[in-house]
Amino acid sequence: MAMNYLDLARLAAAEILLVVTALVVLSVDLGLRQCDDLARRTRWAVALGVAGCVSAVVILWELVPEGAMPAGMFASDALTRGVKAGVLLLTAGSLLLSRGIRFTPHVGEYVATVILGAVGMLLIVSSENVLILFLALELASLCLYILTGFDKRSAQGTEAALKYFLFGGMAGAVLLFGLSLVYGATGAIEFGKIAQGVAESGVSPVLLMGLVMVMVGLGFKVASAPFHFWAPDAYQAAPTPAAGFIAAGSKVASFFILAKLAESAFGPAMGSSAWGRFAPGWSPVLATMAAMSMVWGNLAALMQTNVKRLLAYSAVAHAGYTLVAIAAGGPEGLSAVTFYAVTYAITTLGAFGVVGLVESATGGAELDHFAGLVKRSPRLAVCLGIFVLSLAGIPPLAGFFGKFYLFLVALDGSVGSLGLLWLVALGAATTCVSFYYYLVLLKKVFVEDAVMPERAAPGTGVESAVVWASTILVVLLGCFPGWILTPLRSALMAVGW
Amino acid sequence: MGLAHTIWISLLGAAWVALLGGRRPGAARAVALITSLAGLISGLVGALGFGVGNELVTLWRVPWVPGLGIDFHLAADGVSVVMVLLTGIAAVAGVLFSWNIEHRSNEFFGLYLLLIAGVYGVFLSFDLFQFFAFYELAIVPKYFLIAIWGSTRREYGAMKLALYSFVGSAMVLVGVLAMVVVSGNGSFDMVKLASTPLPVGFQAWAFPLVFVGFAILAGLWPFHTWAPTGHVAAPTAASMLLAGVVMKLGAYGALRVAMMLMPLGAKQWGGVVAGLAVVGIVYAALVALVQTDFKFVIGYSSVSHMGFVLLGLAAANPRGVAGAVLQMFSHGVIAGLLFGVVGRMVYERTHTRELSLLEGLRLARLLPFAGVIFVLASVASMGLPGFSGFVAELQVLMGAWQAFPAAALAAGVGVVLSVAFTLRVVQRAFLPDDTVPVTEPEHRLAPITVPEKLGALLLLGVSLWVGIAPRGLMEWIDAGLASPGFATLRSTMGWP
Repeated sequence: MAMNYLDLARLAAAEILLVVTALVVLSVDLGLRQCDDLARRTRWAVALGVAGCVSAVVILWELVPEGAMPAGMFASDALTRGVKAGVLLLTAGSLLLSRGIRFTPHVGEYVATVILGAVGMLLIVSSENVLILFLALELASLCLYILTGFDKRSAQGTEAALKYFLFGGMAGAVLLFGLSLVYGATGAIEFGKIAQGVAESGVSPVLLMGLVMVMVGLGFKVASAPFHFWAPDAYQAAPTPAAGFIAAGSKVASFFILAKLAESAFGPAMGSSAWGRFAPGWSPVLATMAAMSMVWGNLAALMQTNVKRLLAYSAVAHAGYTLVAIAAGGPEGLSAVTFYAVTYAITTLGAFGVVGLVESATGGAELDHFAGLVKRSPRLAVCLGIFVLSLAGIPPLAGFFGKFYLFLVALDGSVGSLGLLWLVALGAATTCVSFYYYLVLLKKVFVEDAVMPERAAPGTGVESAVVWASTILVVLLGCFPGWILTPLRSALMAVGW
Repeated sequence: MGLAHTIWISLLGAAWVALLGGRRPGAARAVALITSLAGLISGLVGALGFGVGNELVTLWRVPWVPGLGIDFHLAADGVSVVMVLLTGIAAVAGVLFSWNIEHRSNEFFGLYLLLIAGVYGVFLSFDLFQFFAFYELAIVPKYFLIAIWGSTRREYGAMKLALYSFVGSAMVLVGVLAMVVVSGNGSFDMVKLASTPLPVGFQAWAFPLVFVGFAILAGLWPFHTWAPTGHVAAPTAASMLLAGVVMKLGAYGALRVAMMLMPLGAKQWGGVVAGLAVVGIVYAALVALVQTDFKFVIGYSSVSHMGFVLLGLAAANPRGVAGAVLQMFSHGVIAGLLFGVVGRMVYERTHTRELSLLEGLRLARLLPFAGVIFVLASVASMGLPGFSGFVAELQVLMGAWQAFPAAALAAGVGVVLSVAFTLRVVQRAFLPDDTVPVTEPEHRLAPITVPEKLGALLLLGVSLWVGIAPRGLMEWIDAGLASPGFATLRSTMGWP
């Protein structure tokens, strides 16, 4: 089938629009630089970026047809459109949170980098070909490395960015090596063809080597233990809105593609992670990573005194919960993973929004900076409380249903009834550990008195609006999970899962 | 007005109080009182309209998460009705006993009403997902109520209680999910699950998981240690609610989920549960006997009396289970009253709970009303005829005697011990002998206020009413146990 550029342009209209937006932001910022009013430049750059993201969502819905380019180079269907819309809205949220940035005069570059990162994420979601997938992952990752070190005055930020970059480079190399082994074993780079190859040739040692390497490479992207070492540093040292972007948007894309890749490309090589019936394949690899992430993420989070680091280790733990459902396999697994990743991303984005506001008011994000928050800004405290409780999995918040659904799918999954009970029990046990450190944070916020002097915070209306929107979404999606779940399941059905 | 409205009224009240702002404690408590009264009245109206048929009445049912078989399903049988009434009474009494809360009062009453809403929700849930959601909803307000407004070692007590509850609910979560998956129904409907026989081998491990998960909250020995520290640390209203209704959530869950859905497991593990319950009864009574802190005595006495509930459930015969449910109601009222006297009437006036210091004060002289109420509450708590405790514990013992005679005998020893520690605390706190030197209080003790009196009389009256005429409640309980939900339990246990 020959490739038609017009078709490609229509399928990838949202991505193209975003690239154009990034260029427009850069040039407008260049023009505005004459006037040297940082606040004004930020306002313009953010407004343009958000407008780009929002119109991309509209285009996704109104203009982009369903279809695919040859060889799985680019696929668009109801499912990918939904996930992409989620990524775009999260990107818009992170941009709005950046409105008060003061860490760099290069606002245009900052916004453009965020948008290009989002393009990478959209391409990740749309790829059904490992080459495109790799390129898209690298595009997204490179933007995230840059964002991590964007505050050039901060030595810590530079260190974290370098660490992130070096680890990420290694992970990328491992992923690529793994993909080449998979190609060697199956002779295909397209998801569907790989699955055929695997089904025909069976699970060979070479393929297994490749599989493990691919899972490791992607495990790095989702910050799963033991490949999570970049996360705490990056979350802590990156500018807070950028950290929110790393924690929210990129996670949705990475989790989605990990689940999709495992299921649609490597489906026949699933193996089994059921207790006592282990069989080689990707499922035991993911189950091991899940177990390590849940245990290590939650235990390490107990020791943290910095809220951003705490959120990072909690992200590691949440990566573990999510991997449980991927390890269970099946379409329900993909549905649970998508629901969880999206709601988790909304929660985290909101939490980083609050952290950013507290940081700008008190000058830090240690636990002590949050002491007595309820007295200074009760509304913000309530929002943070809701985010943290959602992360802990308390009803009626989105995190509760997400976790419930993940564990249900894991028990009911294709591994066989109750096969993954050991993993679910471990997950439930580690949730109890996590409840402790979440409560410690809430205790600071609601019970203790302030210990840090507070500066007057600058105008923070837009940031608060993002925080409020996230709060409302977390509550509503917890009370009415069907709002996402029903379209998600029908999209999965439409795709033929 | 009806049973289902109790939940919405409480939730609305919580939101209303929260929006009032912190500057008007008077308005906050007025709203809290109106809300909890409305909840009680709504529960009463629903209960009276309920009749005593053996049916399970669906109050409200809408699909909640389509595709996963989760409904929002509010329903009630006789057992739920009794528990809803208890919640209403405890809620009103709790507000009356926290009339003096001035510090962040809107937050206090907001969390309080949120907790109440969760409790009502649990008692009226017949969908397993929804049941679990309401059950967990009740954990968080407890933590804040204790950590912010508590006293002795409040942050420690609050955290311990929250973590114990959470561990329990994590166990329940795993068990509940496994149950739904194994049943193969693809539905969380509890009545449907109850009628689906689960494999014996599965129940053999899932029953203890779920039962213990719930029973942690009911003070099952050896997982009871959160209860005394939590009760002591909690502000008066919270400890009244903790002992009055929250511990009942655990016992109710053990009955409604563990036993109703896995009767074979209950049969298999009955002996072990009875053993643990008896150890709890005797052990907690012995510990209560040597406490020097007034509130710790009541805290351990709660654990001991909750042991009777678990013993009745373990017996798993009609007398035992009905007695257990009645004991939940009875203990909820009496423990609430005892905590009210200790926490509000005594501690907030004398600022000490050390029995050795209270002895010198001659409280019966300074606070005669508190003295009278406490003596009556103690009489009720010891299980003397005329009060609800007698009817309930007697039935539990009768049931236990049929199933586990040795356990019934040991529990009888527990009854004697409970008389001993109760009399000891009555004597030391209110009626010390003349050899103890009299000390004057550092400042004049404020007289007992009207809300306190009303709350105390309400609880005492209810206990007395149930003690004299237990038939009303017993009819509901028996009808509840004869409802379709418990059909499999009845046939498994060979009830007539």
